[in-house]
Amino acid sequence: MDIPYTVTPRPDTGVYNAKLGVWLFLASEVMLFGGLFSAYLFLRIAAPAWPGELAGHTYHHGSEVLNVPIGTVNTMVLIASSVTMVMAWASLMIKNFARFKLYLGGTILLGLVFLVIKAFEYHEKFAHHLFPAKGTFLAVYFTLTGLHALHVIGGLIVNSYFWGPGSRMWQNQPERFTNRIEVAGLYWHFVDIVWIFLFPTIYLL
Amino acid sequence: MSHSSHAEDMKRHVQIYRRVFFALAALTVLTVAVSYLHLPIIYALIVALLIAISKSSLVASFFMHLISEKRTIYIVLAFTLVFVIALFVLLLISHYEQEGVALVP
Repeated sequence: MDIPYTVTPRPDTGVYNAKLGVWLFLASEVMLFGGLFSAYLFLRIAAPAWPGELAGHTYHHGSEVLNVPIGTVNTMVLIASSVTMVMAWASLMIKNFARFKLYLGGTILLGLVFLVIKAFEYHEKFAHHLFPAKGTFLAVYFTLTGLHALHVIGGLIVNSYFWGPGSRMWQNQPERFTNRIEVAGLYWHFVDIVWIFLFPTIYLL
Repeated sequence: MSHSSHAEDMKRHVQIYRRVFFALAALTVLTVAVSYLHLPIIYALIVALLIAISKSSLVASFFMHLISEKRTIYIVLAFTLVFVIALFVLLLISHYEQEGVALVP
């Protein structure tokens, strides 16, 4: 039996099922990150100083603890990966499979670049004995950016599947495959949006 | 829709995506530049959040196609927005009540 409404919109919702499904999932993700952001807000307004005392030094700006230029580069990397993701979908819309492969491959590479830079940042912190347990600021930083990095890894797995074995679907069900790339993109752009809020609130304020 | 008009449509979309990318890059540079001014925290917060909201609106509107989406999706998002705002408001109320500032009579 075929899964219903993978291509044609369901009459009562007006969208194909996967799209509604992914949007509902993203709604739950908003609550997950919203809960953590509100915890961050709560901890921060109650703190006498922020980032405050870490490993014997007192800091007054997140930018004194975190590397802003590197964070800025990573923001650009993630934005660029969102553009290549939407271009991958647009390529399928004009039936250009080769270009789709190129753009989705680019999205995967940019996602990997983001993670490598993030790992480098974490390493720099650990080298200075700045671990999550060393202070509220660090706990918030590692929890939020760590959960975000896990989401990037999840997106990379999905995108890699669609770039590799999953792309076979293009041969016999091109419209269904195009929709799959669209919803994979919804998730990827959401991860980008989370970073758009994380970067200024943690690094810059 | 004929194939050629479809392709034309996509060409326009791609042009929009390119412009959105440059806008997002420019706003990123702006938010970093403002942070170096070390404004008083409340102003810094307002500017940073306004820029972040603008950036995420661009991503949601154009890359996630929310600018022309179906009603069902908007309804889901409206509920999400209400709940996430409630989450923040409840937390702030409880925080200030603990500090002895009654926000709710």
